[in-house]
Amino acid sequence: MVAVIDSLRQQIATCEATLQDLHQQLAEAEHNQRQQERVLRKTKPLTTDPLDHDMNFGVPDDFRSEVFAVLDHEAEPQEQDESNKLGRWPLEKNEYRRYGRQLIMPEIGLQGQLRLRSSRVLVVGVGGLGCPAAAYLVGAGVGTVGLVDGDVVEESNLHRQILHSSARVGMTKVESAMVALNSLNPNVKLIPHILRLTPETAISIFKNYDLVLDCTDTPASRYLISDTCVLLGKTLVSASALRIDGQLMVLNNPPSPPGDPTGGPCYRCVFPKPPPPESVVSCGDGGILGPVVGVMGVLQALETIKVLTKKATGTEPAPADPPTLLIFSAYSNPMFRSIRLRSRKAKCTACSAQATISPQVLESGSLDYAQFCGSINPIDALTPQERISAESYAKLRSGVNPFTGTVSNKDNHILIDVRERVQFELCSIDGSVNIPFSTVSITPGLSLNPNTPSPGSNDMYVDENDWATQLRQTEKPIFVVCRLGNDSQLTVKKMKELGLNYGGKRFIGDIRGGLQAWREKVDAEFPEY
Amino acid sequence: MQNDEAVPITVEFSGGLEILFSNQKKYSLSLPSQDESGAPANVAFLVRHLCENVMKDPRKELFILDGTVRPGILVLINEADWELEGEDQYEVQKGDHIMFVSTLHGG
Repeated sequence: MVAVIDSLRQQIATCEATLQDLHQQLAEAEHNQRQQERVLRKTKPLTTDPLDHDMNFGVPDDFRSEVFAVLDHEAEPQEQDESNKLGRWPLEKNEYRRYGRQLIMPEIGLQGQLRLRSSRVLVVGVGGLGCPAAAYLVGAGVGTVGLVDGDVVEESNLHRQILHSSARVGMTKVESAMVALNSLNPNVKLIPHILRLTPETAISIFKNYDLVLDCTDTPASRYLISDTCVLLGKTLVSASALRIDGQLMVLNNPPSPPGDPTGGPCYRCVFPKPPPPESVVSCGDGGILGPVVGVMGVLQALETIKVLTKKATGTEPAPADPPTLLIFSAYSNPMFRSIRLRSRKAKCTACSAQATISPQVLESGSLDYAQFCGSINPIDALTPQERISAESYAKLRSGVNPFTGTVSNKDNHILIDVRERVQFELCSIDGSVNIPFSTVSITPGLSLNPNTPSPGSNDMYVDENDWATQLRQTEKPIFVVCRLGNDSQLTVKKMKELGLNYGGKRFIGDIRGGLQAWREKVDAEFPEY
Repeated sequence: MQNDEAVPITVEFSGGLEILFSNQKKYSLSLPSQDESGAPANVAFLVRHLCENVMKDPRKELFILDGTVRPGILVLINEADWELEGEDQYEVQKGDHIMFVSTLHGG
């Protein structure tokens, strides 16, 4: 109890410190914003030196605005002059300077920059993909950028979600990104949508934009975003990433109306059916390398810039690139691979002439995307008698009966940790033995698939079954633990299938809630990752 | 063609599917040139062959469903979506590169 009180006190102290820090950050951000707005209104460039560069005036770019603000007072008499000249050049003077390096490229040029400036782009999801994508789009001078996300910044986001910062943990991702994007390029109009996208709201949000980036992380949101883009005739730049792999597609390009076969395929053309929910792995469960998802987000920004600057040259729109899937695999050689994709599917439920998805259907909310994609029911494979709480297990482990003096200890049972080895090496309960769930799951149970080679027919199985053989050498009760308390249940079932419980004579059970419960209820020092 | 003839091909797994295939991304296989009924080996036969002879993981449902590759796996024949090549009826040729890509959803 004392430990709990101490821990709570410490948490409160930490939160208060963070809050104070946030207040300070906010004050600074507001100050900077005011400063920049004033500079933008007043700045008259002091030189036309062709050698103008990022360290001009002897100060780095970051501080230049402040210096301008000071010098500005001397320049004030000329301000009238400046406003008279407005309209002489198609871009503002600061825009020529800021975008100079891309303006001189034939791929962009003046027309491209004007197109970017008049474009409105929506970034759905401000995470590992959305952060770099938005940063490059705002940097390039896309006129309006909308940001959709309902989540708040967490510490575990920071290794890849580059717009957020340590001080902004707990802030909504949209607001956090706006702080960073504003300081990157105050010329861009940012529109916050602090919400989770729903079928009822998608159309009203999307309709104000020209192009959409899918930077989300679930199959349900990917279908919803694609359907909405098809209905509204928006091109969709879609990417995803997991572990060391990434995928990128430009969909509905060109965004012809549903039924027009010359339009580009949509997400449903490529993936008519959602994957079974048990095959869907999130970054939280599978892991993600920061630069991998970063590469994919940057590529989304690149494809977006290509689509936006290509549009409507003269009267004929430039032809769209044929549909492809770009596959990035960080540890393969070559790392990139481009795959030719199909065209629109003649029976697609979203973009064909036989489409059943309409704006009315979407807005009525009768399309249940979560149900369409399914979800994994919480695993409930064991009876209450086969499960033990973290607290009870702790007592069993260390309890000394004050009357009898009987000492329970960690040697009178076996604790099996079924997390993968790499996780086990991060942190584990003292005395636990690691048998990765991947090893458990490929061990054939009693109900063998007739197609599966029988155990022993292959060297691999002998090794993989070794764990079971070893567990057969004792009769000590077995407790199984994992990260959250799901794999542990399946392992207990598997062990019983293999007969390790000697027909019920030996206890085999799992720790309910896994190591998360262990941390919350028993050992607050146990690392969270 | 005779039954014992084999078609040399390369099979590759990506997007996490390699986990089901002993964590090996690339396989050089000799596929029997005819399927069970004596018809020329097509991709449908290749999928069965992989499932029965190459895949050691018992979780077959993470690769096939209703007799074909499960939803969420793209099959690419020589760098093109199999829908461009006749899907599972495509007859496997010598030297073909056939790739199975699981779609990713993280972001």
